[in-house]
Amino acid sequence: MSTTSPEALQICEECDTVHRRRAMTHGEVGKCACCGATLEHYHSLDPNTMLALVLTAFVVFIQANLWPIVTLGLNGRQSSTTLWGAIIAMWQEQAQVIAVIAAATLFFFPLVKMLSIGWLLWFARQHRCAPGFVPIMVTLHYIGPWTMSEVFVLGALVAIVKAKVYFDVMADPGIYAYAVLTVLITIFARVDMRELWNMRMKESV
Amino acid sequence: MSAPEKVPALPRAADLGLIGCHVCRLVCREAPDDDGGMECPRCGSALHRRKPASYTRTWALLLAAFMMYVPANLLPIMRTASLNDVDDNTILSGVKELWVNGSGDLAVIVFVASIMVPMLKFLVLGTLLISSQRRTDWAQLQRAKLYRLVEFIGYWSMLDVFVVALLSALVRFNVLSRVEPLPGVIFFGLTVVLTMLASMSFDPRLIWDSRDSDD
Ligand SMILES: [Zn+2]
Ligand SMILES: [Zn+2]
Repeated sequence: MSTTSPEALQICEECDTVHRRRAMTHGEVGKCACCGATLEHYHSLDPNTMLALVLTAFVVFIQANLWPIVTLGLNGRQSSTTLWGAIIAMWQEQAQVIAVIAAATLFFFPLVKMLSIGWLLWFARQHRCAPGFVPIMVTLHYIGPWTMSEVFVLGALVAIVKAKVYFDVMADPGIYAYAVLTVLITIFARVDMRELWNMRMKESV
Repeated sequence: MSAPEKVPALPRAADLGLIGCHVCRLVCREAPDDDGGMECPRCGSALHRRKPASYTRTWALLLAAFMMYVPANLLPIMRTASLNDVDDNTILSGVKELWVNGSGDLAVIVFVASIMVPMLKFLVLGTLLISSQRRTDWAQLQRAKLYRLVEFIGYWSMLDVFVVALLSALVRFNVLSRVEPLPGVIFFGLTVVLTMLASMSFDPRLIWDSRDSDD
C-alpha cells in the first residue's frame, strides 16, 4: 500500500474504486472498470485555443442577450423580446421565483462561468497560476450543473411553434446567437476544466 | 469488458485508507485532525468518504420535490387571453395543443422533458435510495447507469418554464391577446430545482457499498 504515491492514483467519483493513472493517447477516454463512469478525457488542453473559444463564446453571449430573440406580429402591431424581457415579464407577473431561476441559470451563472474560465486560461497560457485560482475553481465546480442556455434555445423553438398558430412570427438575430452559443457550449462540455488542477500541481512542486 | 464472472475485486478508496476530494479529485490519505474532520490540501474543501447525510438530504429533497410536483401538474401554468376567450393551460394540455396543431415531434420532446423526465427522476432516485439503504448488490451496474442518466437529463425539464416566460414576454397585445404565467409554472420550476438538488445530494458510491464492505 505504501509503495505507490497518491499522485499515481485516481479514484472513481461514482463508485470509489481506486485506479492507477496511466499514460493516455490523444482523444482517449478512461473508463472505470467497475462502474463504467468516465475517469478522465485525455486532451492536451491547449490554453490558447481554449481562450479563443471562450472569448468567442463571450461575444456571442453578449449579442444573444442584447438582441431580440423573436418578434410577433398581430394586425400590424409588433412585439419582441430579449432574455431580460422574459425575466422582467416573469417578475412583474407574480412569478418572481421563475424570474430568479431564469436570471441565474441563463445569465449570471453562464456569465460567471465564462469570465472565470477566461481568467484562469489567460494565466495558464503564461504558465502562471491565476490570482484566486482555488476559490474560482471551487465556484466553477458548484455552478457547473446550473447553466441552462441550451434548454432555453429549445424553449425558444417551442415558443415560436406555439405562437405561429396565432401570430406572424419572425426569428430575430438573438435566436441565432443563442444557437451558436449552444454549439460552443457543447464543445466546452467535452473539455474537463479540472485538468487545470493538475497543471497547477506540476508548477508548484 | 469481456471479463469473466470472477474478476479480482478492484480496491476501493475506503479500504486503502484513501479519500478522493469531491471537488478537485485529489487523492488524499485519510488522516483526521483533532476534531475528526479533514480538509483537502489542494482546494480546502472538507473531505468525506461519502457525501454527508446523503440519504436524509436526498429523501427530504425528493419528498419536497414531489409535493411541488402534484400542484405543478394539476394547476394551470399559463393563461392565454384574447378578445372573446380565456384559456388556462396545464403542462399536459400544452403538449396536446402542440400535437393537435401538427408539431408532433416537438410535442414528444416537451412530453419527455416535462412529464417523463421528472417521473423518471422520482422513480430512479426512489429506487436507488431504497436499494442502497438495504445494501443490496442487486443490479449495481444498471443502477449506476440510471443515476448517470438522471444526472444528465434532469435539467432539460426546465424547458416548459422557459416557454412560458418567453410567451408571457412576447404576447402582450393588450386586450387583443395576452399570455400570463399562472402559479403552476412556479411549482414546476421548483420541482425541477428540487429534483436536481436531490440527485446531486445522492452519493452514487452508496450503490457499491453492499453488505460486505465497511462504511
Ligand atoms: Zn467507478
Ligand atoms: Zn480538493
